[in-house]
Amino acid sequence: MPDTLLSTHQLCAFYGDFQALYDLDISVAAGEVVAIIGANGAGKTTLLRSIAGLCENESQQVQYRGMSIGAQRADQIAFNGIALVPEGRQLFPSLSVEENLIIGGQTKRHGPWNLQSVYQLFPILQERRQMPSTQLSGGQQQMVAIGRALMANPDLILFDEISLGLAPVIIKTIYEALPGIIGEGLSAMIVEQDISKALSVSSRFYCLQEGRSALAGDSQTVAREDISKAYFGVD
Amino acid sequence: MSTDHLQVKRGSRASFVATIIGLIVLAVLIAAPLWAGRADMRLMGELFLYLSLACLWNLMAGYAGLVSVGQQAYVGFGGYMLFALTIFAGVHPVVAVLGAGVLAALIAVPVAALVFRLRGAYFAIGTWVVAEVFRLSFAQVSSLGGGSGTSLPVSIVKSMTSGRQAREWLSYWLALGLAVAVIAAVFLFLRSRRGLALSAIRDNELAAASLGINIWRTKFVVYVVTAALTAMVGALIFLQKLRISPDAAFSVNDWTAFVIFIVVIGGIGSLEGPIIGTLVFFALRETLSDMGTIYLIALGLVAIIIMLKAPQGLWGIVRKRWDLQLFPLGYRVQQSATPDNHQQLHDK
Amino acid sequence: MNWINAIVQGILLGGLYALFAAGLSLIFGVMRLVNIAHGDLIVLAAYLGLSTTIMLGVHPLLAMLVVIPLMALGGYVLQRGVLNHTLGDDLLPPLLVTFGLSVIIQNALLEGYTADPQKMSAGALETASLPLGDLSIGVLPLLTFAIAVLVIGGLHWMFYHTALGRAFRAVSDNQDIAQLMGLNRRHIFGLAMALSLAITAVAGILLGVRTNFDPSIGGARLIFGFEAVIIGGLGNLWGTLVGGVILGVAQTIGAQINPGWQLLAGHITFLFILAVRPRGLFPRMTG
Repeated sequence: MPDTLLSTHQLCAFYGDFQALYDLDISVAAGEVVAIIGANGAGKTTLLRSIAGLCENESQQVQYRGMSIGAQRADQIAFNGIALVPEGRQLFPSLSVEENLIIGGQTKRHGPWNLQSVYQLFPILQERRQMPSTQLSGGQQQMVAIGRALMANPDLILFDEISLGLAPVIIKTIYEALPGIIGEGLSAMIVEQDISKALSVSSRFYCLQEGRSALAGDSQTVAREDISKAYFGVD
Repeated sequence: MSTDHLQVKRGSRASFVATIIGLIVLAVLIAAPLWAGRADMRLMGELFLYLSLACLWNLMAGYAGLVSVGQQAYVGFGGYMLFALTIFAGVHPVVAVLGAGVLAALIAVPVAALVFRLRGAYFAIGTWVVAEVFRLSFAQVSSLGGGSGTSLPVSIVKSMTSGRQAREWLSYWLALGLAVAVIAAVFLFLRSRRGLALSAIRDNELAAASLGINIWRTKFVVYVVTAALTAMVGALIFLQKLRISPDAAFSVNDWTAFVIFIVVIGGIGSLEGPIIGTLVFFALRETLSDMGTIYLIALGLVAIIIMLKAPQGLWGIVRKRWDLQLFPLGYRVQQSATPDNHQQLHDK
Repeated sequence: MNWINAIVQGILLGGLYALFAAGLSLIFGVMRLVNIAHGDLIVLAAYLGLSTTIMLGVHPLLAMLVVIPLMALGGYVLQRGVLNHTLGDDLLPPLLVTFGLSVIIQNALLEGYTADPQKMSAGALETASLPLGDLSIGVLPLLTFAIAVLVIGGLHWMFYHTALGRAFRAVSDNQDIAQLMGLNRRHIFGLAMALSLAITAVAGILLGVRTNFDPSIGGARLIFGFEAVIIGGLGNLWGTLVGGVILGVAQTIGAQINPGWQLLAGHITFLFILAVRPRGLFPRMTG
């Protein structure tokens, strides 16, 4: 059993009076890729936002490298080596492509990723480096968002719906790049609506339903009907 | 949980008791000439005028989201219109107070069209610019004394009533009457369809817009009506003072800073807040005014601390602690006092 | 000739107004905060300059070396200690807190320095002038204008070519995502306010050398700065300089027609531009 990198313990999250997560226990081992699947509103994005520090939690609810980081701010968590590729890309419109990448490296953590290696991964970005990020296509913007997260040289990278709204051919390109990214010993959590995509790149999965974990298991051996049941909540 | 025992009410026992007490207090205040001295009546008259300004500012900032730091524009405008109408047109001062309100509403229409182009905090400063334009413009009118101002001619003062005592009583009653009218108008307005729309805007402008509430028009109406009433208050203020000058009439400290502090300390966005705030403000002023600038610094600090720590103000603290509401504005869901009736209905 | 002189003086005066506006524009751009106490902070800086010149016996321009860091430090502390707690979706708290601050500063200055008008003496610099054809241009107004151009050029360069500027733009675009990049927005906001008040310090001292000042004049300085920002268009620093110049020229031309019309002409020009170009002349962002 490899070392646990990150784990949540009875994680609860709220938006005002609305509770989005209930007593969620999940874990990610060093070097492991975990998929989080579930229907709309199941709490997948909230889970990633909680880990990244954008939702307020209690300190001990999120453990990372033996530290309780549940109550830390997002910028502190970033320095500790967790990066989020947010849903809908969310690039900085006032920044050029290259500036978006540079600001991703703001934490100055050491590692394999820098401007050169990101441009090697996505060569099209080098051509467009001076452009405002708003002028890129959706797929190119997603590349910038991934590159921006990599620039932080994280130990754990969180992908939120990276294929949402993109053309199939672009999704294919991005997913082909994923092994090259994760292969460097990086751990990852992948949130996807596309279940087969998520299972194909991960070793384990959690299926969320209304803020609770409805099913967890091995991505390669799980039976499709079990997932359907957990996904839609039918008995 | 069963919903059988719940019912929706507007009033509450507290608001009923408050109405009774309010009416008694009003009767006592009307009879003030019987029990109060000259200085007390003067102070109370001033209190009523500040109360009116506070209620009006609260309507704009607390309900309509129009945070103005330029309401002195209309206080001063009202004051100057009182002087202009009585001096140049020979209008009776009491009629001139009404006339000042009408004229202010007229001028507020183009002003609103202009400053409504600014959003949020920039709207606030824009209203201040308008007030400065008013001040500088009136300072150019030499027949009203230009920059140094003028006094209300003795003949006009004398024509108002027979004798000084009667005049002081009249200004007192006018101030009281206007305060009651303003509170009643704000209360009825907030209970009306438009008023409910305002609360919807305050809570969520986007959602209100999607429900088809015409935000711009509602805010516009609030701005114009508030301008008219503020000008009437201004006319009464300078009917008490009998002297006007641009700097006094358009003072941001006297007519806006104090009013904002009153509302913030009392509780913004509630009808009770300005009343409590005015009482606290006058109590502090009467005890601490010797301290001059220190008093103002303290007032500013208190307002900042309240805004940071208890943004609902003193009334918010009271309301939270005892669940009180003296003005029955919203609808309240309550447990029925007589669950038996429902039980019987249910049994059938 | 008088008219040309009025226009030239107006342009130079516009430099001072642009300095009033630059700090206001900066913090609005980074955190959408409108600081009602901005004008009073300018006056505070003028008084700090006055005290420095008296205590150390130095020239007012040299006093900037003391006042700029002092105001910057005060700005950082003010932002982290107070103003950061007011930021959110509701626009009332920042507005009312800075309004309260304005009253506090004004009265504290009254308490400390009385209501008597003060002025800083800049020696020979005050009367020095350069002949230009038939005109004579004061060295001090010219210097003020040059400093305004330098400050705005510097701000522009900082915004688009430095890591700090990048952080400012990122936080302005999206606070949450900027936070994910390891940027602590509370610190970034503190730095923005520090920079804003550093510019305020420059503006305050140049104001105090140019004219008499007393504790009550802050409100009008806020308004001039605000008018320059709106005329120029939100979020555009060079636009702010143009806005300041337009306001300055309007005022000096108004004064040329009738001395009582100086301020009125400025305000009316502002309202006119607001009526015909509600977003200003060169807008970059929406309010």
